[in-house]
Amino acid sequence: MKLLNKSLKYLSISIFLIVSVWSVIFYINMLDEIHDSIDDGLENYKLLIVQKAVDDSTVLKKNHFDESNYAVREISESIALSMKDRYVDTLMYMQDEDDLEPVRILTTAFENHGHFYELKIINSMVEEDDLIEDLFWSVFWLYFILVASIIIINNILLRNLWKPFYDFLNQITTFRLGRNKELPEITTDVKEFNSLKNAVNTLLQHSLETYEHQKQFIENASHELQTPLAVATSKLELLLEKGSIAATEAESLAQVLEIIERLVRLNKSLLLLTKIENKQFFDKQRISINGIVAQTVNDLEEFAEFKDIKIIVNEVSDLSVQMDLSLANIIVSNLVKNALFHNVTNGVVTIDIIANRIKVSNTGKMEELNAYKIFGRFYKSTDKESTGTGLGLAIVKAICGMYGFVVSYHFENKQHYFEVQFNEG
Amino acid sequence: MKILLVEDEKELLEAISVSLIKEYFIVETAVDYPTALEKILVYNYDCILLDIMLPGGSGLQLLEQLKQLRKSENVIIISAKDSLDDKLIGLELGADDYLTKPFHMAELNARVKAVLRRKKLDGKNTIETTNLVLDLNERQLFVDGEEVVLNRKEFDVLNYFLLNVNRLITKSSLAEHVWGDNIDQTDNFDFIYYQIKNLRKKLQAVNAAIEIESVYGVGYKMVER
Repeated sequence: MKLLNKSLKYLSISIFLIVSVWSVIFYINMLDEIHDSIDDGLENYKLLIVQKAVDDSTVLKKNHFDESNYAVREISESIALSMKDRYVDTLMYMQDEDDLEPVRILTTAFENHGHFYELKIINSMVEEDDLIEDLFWSVFWLYFILVASIIIINNILLRNLWKPFYDFLNQITTFRLGRNKELPEITTDVKEFNSLKNAVNTLLQHSLETYEHQKQFIENASHELQTPLAVATSKLELLLEKGSIAATEAESLAQVLEIIERLVRLNKSLLLLTKIENKQFFDKQRISINGIVAQTVNDLEEFAEFKDIKIIVNEVSDLSVQMDLSLANIIVSNLVKNALFHNVTNGVVTIDIIANRIKVSNTGKMEELNAYKIFGRFYKSTDKESTGTGLGLAIVKAICGMYGFVVSYHFENKQHYFEVQFNEG
Repeated sequence: MKILLVEDEKELLEAISVSLIKEYFIVETAVDYPTALEKILVYNYDCILLDIMLPGGSGLQLLEQLKQLRKSENVIIISAKDSLDDKLIGLELGADDYLTKPFHMAELNARVKAVLRRKKLDGKNTIETTNLVLDLNERQLFVDGEEVVLNRKEFDVLNYFLLNVNRLITKSSLAEHVWGDNIDQTDNFDFIYYQIKNLRKKLQAVNAAIEIESVYGVGYKMVER
């Protein structure tokens, strides 16, 4: 639920409660006030009638309300003396409304020339149901207008107030380590937002530094390893060349040399990955993927023959891409090599060049691979002991990531498909 | 043939020198920028192997000096940095080749000999040993004057061996040189064996005076019979 709607929900509920309670109190107060003012009027009437009765005896003869609003009836002294002023709400037939209408009656007693009389004075009252209905609608409209204005105010004001926040949020969501150099910015004088920016940016800055250090470390470590590795390989090669060593010892030395060579390859791949991530390939030229495929297949021909694997190339279209030549070579050769190395005897590797895609498919293990894992670093297949670096596909993925190409894997008809889509942006 | 080796890592310097002396080169060495500069200014070398990161200065600075002296055409840069920028600057300054550490001794031999051959190029571009003549321009092999048909890779393999006669060529060195980085997994070196076997057969069939020996399973060596 959006913050805007959430605040609206709470506001409308609380306004509803406040307005309801307020209207009840208001109604009671108003009714009280009305009674008060009617009672004052009745009291005044009573005095006027009692005064008039002193001079005008016809007043005393008026036993029914009829056209006027009072009635007089003679009563005994004892009753009169025990009588107090009473205000009562009751109903009375009204001709204009042709219905019983609420009235307020004042019942009192007075003395005139030694006689005692009971006096009833009526005054028409407000109709409570009408009053409630009126009040209800007023309150309803008040509530409605309040909520409507809150929605409008929320939408205009809050939206504007929160705009920097949403902008900022958007920047954070699209922020990628290693890709964005600029930290997210927020332009506002709202203290909370600025604090948020500072907190987030401190965190990001820290991550960026860690990321940079890590990258730097891999690069430096790989570089620093080059020379010792060079010393080790050259010394071992010279030693093996001597020919004066016993065969068993030579074999051990050969194994060490092989391991060092593995290290060299691993180191090279790591350096390559770091360079791709550091975007140290700036050379951009139009490259024919068809040409590169032909070259790669040519290079690997004997090897495929040796492993009894057939390479089929289907060139449906001419594909040329704007990119670094060596990286284009790496993409194609890593995919084809991968297809060859993880193949079976008498297997097939098919390379399709269709529109802006290159699809390399191969026979191999009869089960689908984990599409997420195979592009990860140091992923090794489980079927046999592999001495590959486990970085080949990770490198393909990193190159594609840098150029915005899409690399994908799927398993279909007992074939493993690796596909690169060259989207030129 | 006189070679100047500029490299600050003493162990590597020694190993490279030993390897080059085996090829009957005269090797002089320099471990820092001032020594190297002095030698460059005073002597002439047929080939200079130049490390970029040196105490007291950069190999690229030396290269600039060499360019001014018009001596830069026979320089091979050997660097731990596989940086495109360095490579471009180096080649722009007239260096002939760029080799990234670590490298195989056989590869270094091949590069040095290529530089030297270009230098004294006198029309013909052939390697001649015993009864073999390898024509690098036409990519042909003649044994006792008779042409032996080799495929492209076999030619490259033989060429590499002929540049490293009597020297150990490891399988990975051979794979790298001939197939580039494409065949780089040791479990696939059976494949190299298979290729060598084919080449051996062809050489034996024409009675070539050289043969390819296996060295402790780690590589091969070409020797005269």
